[in-house]
Amino acid sequence: MRVPLSWLAEYVELVPGTTPEDVHAALVKVGLEEEDVHTFELEGPIVVGEVLEFVEEPQSNGKTIRWCQVDVGEANGGVRGIVCGARNFFPGDRVVVTLPGAVLPGPFPIAARKTYGHVSDGMIASARELGLGDDHDGILRLSTLGIDAPVGSDAIALLGLDDAAIEINVTPDRGYAFSIRGVAREYAHATGAVFRDPVELTPATDASADGFPVVIDDRAPIRGKVASSAFATRIVRGVDASRPTPAWMIARLKLAGIRSLSVLVDITNYVMLELGQPIHGYDLDTLRGGIVVRRAEPGEPFTTLDGKQRTLHAEDIVVTDDRGPIGLAGVMGGAETEMSDTTQNVLIEAAHWDPVSIARTARRHKLPSEAAKRYERGIDPTIGAVAVARVAQLMVDLAGGTADAGGSLIQTTTDREAIDLPDGFVSRVIGVEYTNDEVHDALAEIGGVLTRVEGGYSVVPPAWRPDLTGREELAEEVARLVGYHRIPSVLPVAPPGRGLTRSQRLRRQTADALAAAGSVEVLSFPFATDDENRTFGSVDGEPVASVRLANALDQSTPFLRRSLLPGLIAAAKRNRSRGLLDLDLFEIGLVFLPEPGHVYGTAELPAGDAKPGDETLAALDAGIPPQPRHLGVLLVGDRVAKQPGVAAEPYGVADALDAARRVALATGAELEIVQGSHHALHPGRTAELRVGGRPVGFAGELLPALAEADDLPRVVAVVELDLDAIIAAADPAVEASSIGTLPAATQDLSLVVGAEVPAAEVAAAVREGAGELLEHLELVDDYRGQGVTEGSKSLTFALRFRAADRTLTAAEASAAKLAGASLAGERTGAVIRD
Amino acid sequence: MPEPLEITESAVQSAVDAALAAIASAGDSAALKTVRTEHTGDKSPLALLNAELRNVPNEQKAALGKLVGGARGRVGQAFAAREAEIVEAEAAARLVAEAVDVTALPSRFNAGARHPLALLQDRVCDVFTGMGWEIAEGPEVESEWFNFDALNFDADHPARAMQDTFFVDPPEAHLVMRTHTSPVQIRSMLERDLPLYVLAPGRVYRTDEFDATHLPVFMQFEGVAVDKGLTMAHLKGTLDHFVKSIFGEEAKIRLRPSFFPFTEPSAELDFWHPTFKGGARWIEWGGCGMMHPNVLRAAGIDPEVYTGFAFGMGIERGLMLRNDVQDMREMVEGDVRFSQQFGMVV
Repeated sequence: MRVPLSWLAEYVELVPGTTPEDVHAALVKVGLEEEDVHTFELEGPIVVGEVLEFVEEPQSNGKTIRWCQVDVGEANGGVRGIVCGARNFFPGDRVVVTLPGAVLPGPFPIAARKTYGHVSDGMIASARELGLGDDHDGILRLSTLGIDAPVGSDAIALLGLDDAAIEINVTPDRGYAFSIRGVAREYAHATGAVFRDPVELTPATDASADGFPVVIDDRAPIRGKVASSAFATRIVRGVDASRPTPAWMIARLKLAGIRSLSVLVDITNYVMLELGQPIHGYDLDTLRGGIVVRRAEPGEPFTTLDGKQRTLHAEDIVVTDDRGPIGLAGVMGGAETEMSDTTQNVLIEAAHWDPVSIARTARRHKLPSEAAKRYERGIDPTIGAVAVARVAQLMVDLAGGTADAGGSLIQTTTDREAIDLPDGFVSRVIGVEYTNDEVHDALAEIGGVLTRVEGGYSVVPPAWRPDLTGREELAEEVARLVGYHRIPSVLPVAPPGRGLTRSQRLRRQTADALAAAGSVEVLSFPFATDDENRTFGSVDGEPVASVRLANALDQSTPFLRRSLLPGLIAAAKRNRSRGLLDLDLFEIGLVFLPEPGHVYGTAELPAGDAKPGDETLAALDAGIPPQPRHLGVLLVGDRVAKQPGVAAEPYGVADALDAARRVALATGAELEIVQGSHHALHPGRTAELRVGGRPVGFAGELLPALAEADDLPRVVAVVELDLDAIIAAADPAVEASSIGTLPAATQDLSLVVGAEVPAAEVAAAVREGAGELLEHLELVDDYRGQGVTEGSKSLTFALRFRAADRTLTAAEASAAKLAGASLAGERTGAVIRD
Repeated sequence: MPEPLEITESAVQSAVDAALAAIASAGDSAALKTVRTEHTGDKSPLALLNAELRNVPNEQKAALGKLVGGARGRVGQAFAAREAEIVEAEAAARLVAEAVDVTALPSRFNAGARHPLALLQDRVCDVFTGMGWEIAEGPEVESEWFNFDALNFDADHPARAMQDTFFVDPPEAHLVMRTHTSPVQIRSMLERDLPLYVLAPGRVYRTDEFDATHLPVFMQFEGVAVDKGLTMAHLKGTLDHFVKSIFGEEAKIRLRPSFFPFTEPSAELDFWHPTFKGGARWIEWGGCGMMHPNVLRAAGIDPEVYTGFAFGMGIERGLMLRNDVQDMREMVEGDVRFSQQFGMVV
């Protein structure tokens, strides 16, 4: 909401010299947040001049300019020669002259300058150049604004261009702050200045028997609220719609953010801004019969005044006459009955519309108008009769004509329900010891009517505050009027907590472990394409189910990710495009894994004001798609850079496995690595990762073709793990075994086995066969070539044996080793290499 | 048969002189090794003279034995002394030879980093767990009931439309990307015993433009306390303590009246710090208030018995204010240089 200060000052005392910043500082204390300050952004000298004479001079570029002699008054240098491109004026016209030294919005500094063969000693301004409107068909002739001011007088003050407006952010509960009336009242609350309610300054229109006939016929109220509980009209006859809107009104509307259109429309907007009551004006002579307010027929067509044909919904409220709809209530009027330049007789309407109906209609038809904004927040339903009177008075004053003595008035608004406010309640909520007087005075000041009842007050909230429905709201009013600064700072003592949960602790530890080992954490947006989800969110490349957004920001990524890898790939590309080539990236975040064929969500939502039953809550939860927390790693480029005496070592699948091992270490999981496959990964360089026998993810190198398609090098190693599953499967506590201190016996074992046999299988057999004396086994060599049959390989294991109770003899160790070799032979065909 | 040796003083002296001269001229351990063989070994003149002792008459044995023994002792001492010198010199020379330029050694270290938003979130959690609070989490695709209805957002209230919500397709299924971490309030109240002091950090979504000060996906943390006798003063005390913990003792907070459907009274949280870029001033950092009785009712809590407060702040803004990050886009682009400035400490 933008509030011109001159306008504000009409209804609340502003100390002379009060700046926009002062007003902001005051309003923020009562909850109206500062947004901006608006001015016309111009500087004088800008004065009234009279065109004495001019000569038209055709130019070589086809334009014709006027070389004018303009009298700007003795004090401003008398008669000046000014070049003007416009031709919509005559000798004798009073115009606005910007003299050298002036600055117009832009900023455009004005100077005496040589142009078209003359020195132009200033400029004759158009309305647009002054920031007053969009009209740039020619210069501004003051007579068209009805202004007759002496030559040489200051045009800035004359046109109201010296005013400034504050802009405040109005929270959605405070509909009444979308009016000068409301902001003036709040300013009074903040400063103690005297408030004059504009509603009390204009006598209300009386209902009269010959007022325009209006019927409210709502057969389908929403939530039991009738379409309109207040509807006031007044007729003004014999207006001159072509009269100019006065400059002060144009200036105020402009500062408030509304463009001047015509005097009649401007007046309706002006009163809406002033009182917060939207106004609709009809050309009375276009109406056929009386007005009936009803709900629309489903599918009923209607053309709004923006010229668009709309198809109405059964919940829309329409204002109709004998021909059918003439207005979409509270949102936009109809094209056929709107006021025009030739309108002579006006029917003024000020209605109160049901906020829920208006909110739905405005959203349904995507018509977020100034009127709808006020209606859906709730307006004062009691001021329609005053508002139509104020409009009528302004029309008579500014456009001539006469107002009918009375009007029509429907007022079925019920009295506000009183709220019980027990003594001490406000103090109990706020934590400040307020006296009863403080509570009383604050609530009275905001317009509440208080009655003393046993143990407290009964408070009837003011009509303009539909947001005040309970004692908690009243507590806030007291707190904010007395001031939030009065609230002390008291630290509450929570019961002893248990710190982070195991999962939270392990996730943090995992991220720390990866970072400590050289990985850089990134956070990607979880939006994905269908293709990305199919490529990385599915092991076999079959189509998968994805969560789709109904209103994605980027239409190319309407899905939620099933995998972290596309985000990591995008980050890798971005880094590489910036010259950062060696990358170890990781991300921890949710992925969204709906089951195929499963319908998520719930058709109905339970009410929000009571706890739903357990079954209802369970249904809500069951309707939410699975969203486990994954961990992804991407490695590309060199792990070790080329350095003095050291060759570069590129990242590969081995590094991906190490990253997985780090995750296992940090979570206490026992990781099992088996040869695996994934349709997006290298068929020979993919590992399936398991914990507790269950697959928890994969590691490997991207298919080279995929990597290259993404402008990445051929080798890109990746890991994707279900971190939640790993933590769930990991042993929560370690069972320690005693550490043997007797001497160890170490032996090597070389086994020849088929090249296709995974080393892990051989190792597992050796380990099992060697039994409990084998403390540690490590693969130290994989040899193929001379001395080993083609198609075979020689695996060498370093074995460490130890017994808990005795020093092992070489013979005992050898026996265990041979037992291991023997089982490996049975399982994998391995034979001891001679 | 070699000619028999005769043990004479001159023969011994000459052997000693030759040995001492050789020892003195040995320049390194290899040369010294040769000297050892030639002058103290089994075939050395002194060893041969010593062997000859067994052939001398008994009455000369003592005198000649002393002569030869003394000579061998002198040579042995000289050898040991020279050997020590050479070992020391060679050890020192090796140290000199082993010197490297420590500023140019190859490295296998790679500078990893946590994301500063995650680090700051961890720190925030630690402040609250330090006060006995617990950390709660919830889904990011959420039922509208948890995101709106249970939080007193009426289906037709403008506040609901103003949330810039991402809806899951089809919208009739009433699933949204949570617009705030507040649904975790409701989940916590439904799942946990009272009193309840819980912090819910996490990602939230709004259909905001992506620019220097807005992200469509950002991180929030939401605090909620439900207990008997909680007032707005407790809310203020908690925020005061929190802000000082994260920003230092000089930080101050201020509450300003505002509106949120799920709190009444509601406030905006401003905070002040002397070292803000652009000077000490008040900066807005989130919303808070006393829990609306309808929100307590939605979770089955009697607002006549319990009161609660809640607050919510954005981590991104915290990072901008605390660490002078100028452009929010840097936080989500994944450029490693951004996180590497922080390393593992925010």
